[in-house]
Amino acid sequence: MVEGAIKYTIPLALVSFVLGVILALITAVMRLSPVAIVRAPAVFYVSAVRGTPLLVQLFIVFYGLPTIGLTIDPLPSAVIAFSLNVGAYASEVIRASISSIPKGQWEAGYTVGMTYATTLRRIILPQATRVSVPPLSNTFISLVKDTSLASLILVTELFRKAQEIAANTFDFLLLYTEAAVLYWIICFLLSIVQELIERRLERYIAK
Amino acid sequence: MLLTIKGLQKSFGELAVLKDIDLNIGKGKVVTIMGPSGSGKTTLLRCLNGLEIPGQGHFQFHDDFSLDFNQKLRKSEMLQLRRKSGMVFQSYNLFPHKTALENVIEGPVIVQKKDKQTATNEAERLLEKVGLQDKMDLFPHQLSGGQQQRVGIARALAIEPELMLFDEPTSALDPELIGEVLGVIKDLANEGWTMVVVTHEVSFAKHVSDHLIFMDGGYIVEQGDPKEVLEQPKEPRTKQFLNRILPEV
Ligand SMILES: Nc1ncnc2c1ncn2[C@@H]1O[C@H](COP(=O)(O)OP(=O)(O)OP(=O)(O)O)[C@@H](O)[C@H]1O
Ligand SMILES: [Mg+2]
Repeated sequence: MVEGAIKYTIPLALVSFVLGVILALITAVMRLSPVAIVRAPAVFYVSAVRGTPLLVQLFIVFYGLPTIGLTIDPLPSAVIAFSLNVGAYASEVIRASISSIPKGQWEAGYTVGMTYATTLRRIILPQATRVSVPPLSNTFISLVKDTSLASLILVTELFRKAQEIAANTFDFLLLYTEAAVLYWIICFLLSIVQELIERRLERYIAK
Repeated sequence: MLLTIKGLQKSFGELAVLKDIDLNIGKGKVVTIMGPSGSGKTTLLRCLNGLEIPGQGHFQFHDDFSLDFNQKLRKSEMLQLRRKSGMVFQSYNLFPHKTALENVIEGPVIVQKKDKQTATNEAERLLEKVGLQDKMDLFPHQLSGGQQQRVGIARALAIEPELMLFDEPTSALDPELIGEVLGVIKDLANEGWTMVVVTHEVSFAKHVSDHLIFMDGGYIVEQGDPKEVLEQPKEPRTKQFLNRILPEV
């Protein structure tokens, strides 16, 4: 079970989260664009992903796509589905964080001669990052738990391992409780990391 | 003239805020703008800095750079306009995630692509000039309002603008801190910087500025030598306003 966690659950969550956040950043910036044609695909993507169950998305990628000749292995399928899912949720977090930075910060950037893109990168995003760490940590922790769904597309991650062992020993209560504790430990460690990051980013904020 | 403004107009939707502004800003001159709340002072400064795009009008700079707002302008032209002036905000708007020094070198290093060491040396000199030599490594929240505003001034100076714009730089400050900021602005005037200052500090207007503009309802109602306008205003609206801000008169 621990092997399943180390070999699949943690890497799956980590890779999907990183890809998802990159996707989220692009989506958030698109959604804040004054140009409607740029906003539209981002709005559509977020709406579609948030409006459908993650399990269904996972099944579309793994079981659905092969019927049109696109067969993807279990693990990459899971990464694709989870990244797309995180991307949509995290984009809302990032968009709200960017919007929460006072307009005066944009203007201060412009008055020292910066363009929109430079102001976003140098002035707004560093401040928005601090705002978005707590909600993004929530997204990450949810994702860790959601990776258990990958057991349904044959990824031998933590929960799948628990199922396999339980199928032989019939020790359901013990094994599933053990699985639960393992998820809990991972999430607990994550919340410690979250706290460390928050404390580091808090340096410049009035106490 | 450093800048000649002709027929400047700006509306927000239906609301006409600047109606027909003609203004000359001489090189090395200090222009003070006064006027009641909502008269368009901030909007005028923001137009000069390209934070607002005027609906109509014409800017002519001394170096042949000119902008005609009756035509559609390119982004690069607005950027060029913006880089001609430095802006000091009423609420400072310092970058909270950067130290005083980092606030000042941001423009030179990121926009002007100056070498970091050179920019740091210059920034240190500027922070010294505004009296903050021992505060350079502090974050904005560790500074008083007056100190933050002086960092704001240093940050605006660092991009070596031709024109410095101040929007009520002291009106968010406690009375005992106003003097230190006005002192810095006065030093800049003596060094020959061209400045446009929106302020209701009468003694600053009288003793430091070369030209006073009184605005009301989107128009320049009266302008001239600051002493004359302040002591013998001609327009009733100017008189009325001065009576309110000068209880002793
Ligand atoms: N972005 C905006 N959108 C709509 N209306 C605006 C905007 N900015 C300013 N205005 C309006 O324009 C008018 C002039 O505003 P402005 O800020 O230039 O006045 P001001 O002379 O600086 O006043 P104060 O002394 O209060 O700072 C006001 O009626 C204001 O409500
Ligand atoms: Mg104003």
